[in-house]
Amino acid sequence: MNRNVLENLKKGRAFVYGDDINTDILAPGAYLKYSPEEMSKHCLESIDPDFVNKVKPGDIVVGGKNFGVGSSREQAAASLVILGVRYVIAKSFARIFYRNAFNLGLTPLICRDYSKIRPLDILEINPKEGSIINLTQKSVYNTDSVPEHLLKIVNAGGLLEELKNKINTNSIKTLRFRKDN
Amino acid sequence: MGMTISEKIIARSAGVNSVKPGSIVTCSVDIAMIHDSSGPRRQGPRLKELGLNVWDPSKVVVISDHYVPAVDSVSANILKITRDWVKEEKIQHFYDLQGICHIVLPERGHLKPGLFCVGGDSHSPTGGAFGAFMIGVGATDMTAVLATGEIWIRVPETMQVDWTGKLNDFVTAKDMMLALCGRIGLLGADYMVCEFTGETVKNLSMDERMVLTNMTAEVGAKTGIIAPDSTTLDFLSSKNFQKIDINLASDENANYSSVEKFDANSLEPQIAAPHSPANSRNLSNFNGIKIDQAYIGACTGAKLEDLHMAAKVLKGKNCSKNTRLLVAPSSVKITAAAAADGTLETLTQAGALLLPSGCGACAGLGAGVLSEKEVCISTTNRNFKGRMGDQDAEVYLGSPYTVAAAAIAGKIVDPREIV
Ligand code: SF4
Repeated sequence: MNRNVLENLKKGRAFVYGDDINTDILAPGAYLKYSPEEMSKHCLESIDPDFVNKVKPGDIVVGGKNFGVGSSREQAAASLVILGVRYVIAKSFARIFYRNAFNLGLTPLICRDYSKIRPLDILEINPKEGSIINLTQKSVYNTDSVPEHLLKIVNAGGLLEELKNKINTNSIKTLRFRKDN
Repeated sequence: MGMTISEKIIARSAGVNSVKPGSIVTCSVDIAMIHDSSGPRRQGPRLKELGLNVWDPSKVVVISDHYVPAVDSVSANILKITRDWVKEEKIQHFYDLQGICHIVLPERGHLKPGLFCVGGDSHSPTGGAFGAFMIGVGATDMTAVLATGEIWIRVPETMQVDWTGKLNDFVTAKDMMLALCGRIGLLGADYMVCEFTGETVKNLSMDERMVLTNMTAEVGAKTGIIAPDSTTLDFLSSKNFQKIDINLASDENANYSSVEKFDANSLEPQIAAPHSPANSRNLSNFNGIKIDQAYIGACTGAKLEDLHMAAKVLKGKNCSKNTRLLVAPSSVKITAAAAADGTLETLTQAGALLLPSGCGACAGLGAGVLSEKEVCISTTNRNFKGRMGDQDAEVYLGSPYTVAAAAIAGKIVDPREIV
């Protein structure tokens, strides 16, 4: 994902859901066999059937504790990215989802003030400071700092982009290059 | 300060003498396991884009289990992509329609103590029952593993889950894990390793130990692990392993960030109510709830011993007219063993319908999914809303004894009242 696009996706409306938003809610099993694009049309439908019609690029999803709990299925994070969401705010994240999110260019932000955010509040993320500005309520929330190496991944546009950079700089020894390339 | 068994394995694979929880290290991977759903169809195109082949085709194990056997052209295509990719990458270990990945991997002798393993599935911690350190990752992390043979991890803290005492008859490893889920919740072991210790654990068979490590995924753990002992050794010697390190164990002065102690003597059969494994309580709280479908399946609930448990309850009995019993043995080898020892006969004579070995209804992918408002009791490991079919279906979790008893009574009952 190119930097400019990321820059434009820092501000949007809050879609607020509760605790334990699991991977079956984010990426229902029944659609797992289809493409990520097809899957994304069913994101969150069991708790908010209209979400995919309402959400616009830049909008931000807010959860409670244990966001992304459940399966390792990456479509849970990928669906949000495909719908234009680049930030998820929650009290805590499930560990595989947390990793998958960075890998796909979605930044999960751990925020103690998550419960102050109301549906459709306009939020703006300040990635450098790690703060969330609630333009509707005129307040600012802090987030837990994102570990340096994860920031690198998300800033590169995801794990694969970072890997490409490493391949180009020859910094990994174990690689086997394809003959047909 | 000493190290836990997990810290020892991580340190070895990171090529350092010791590690501390919280530090970030890069580990070399001994085994990478992927399945049809999160595997080749995702990593194949990405590896091509990177211009790479897998780093070592002898260390990659591919298992088709999610879309088996194909029920439509979309799933048939996923299975074909998997087969083609295995050929193209010259993968040495491929199990096509042989059973569920977490079962097939140890069954075919790929796991032993001390290995650092990565699986493209959230229940990969199952491998910890064999003294390996095995974590689940998503498809992009797995792409990087297949490309480089390495993965970064934050060294997890370890929670000791210690069980003393003897389990009562008809109380199982599944009940132990539901009790843990009920006590500490879905995030209770957030990013920790659950290391299972104590005499109760020592007395469990490998089949039962796998339930403990498998379901650490339900408490948010990074993984689960059990130090190898003579039971592990007995299992592994039948798999032709050489040089097994069963002395691998946590140091006496290892640092556990927390300890959860349980008494097996007082453990009752457990049930997890919809829609979370954390809604677990004693079975007696749910007595009499009517059941439409009883499901014995999945990686956690249809191993040979699970089928034996079900058969013990079902022997000479019939399923209730109002309840259907579906049994999907976890692997084809298990099906064969259960056919040979008469277990399948007992189950089918009681009215069970046999389903293919695979993930099936567990993740709502195959035969046996539920309709609106139907109630199911299942030996699977998670009961999230909508996971086994309709959004408004309700799934209770219990041991194979408990599920078999419900199939007979048509409602939730204590298996000890049936036998
Ligand atoms: S049986 Fe269920 S829990 Fe086990 S790997 Fe398959 S989908 Fe996952």
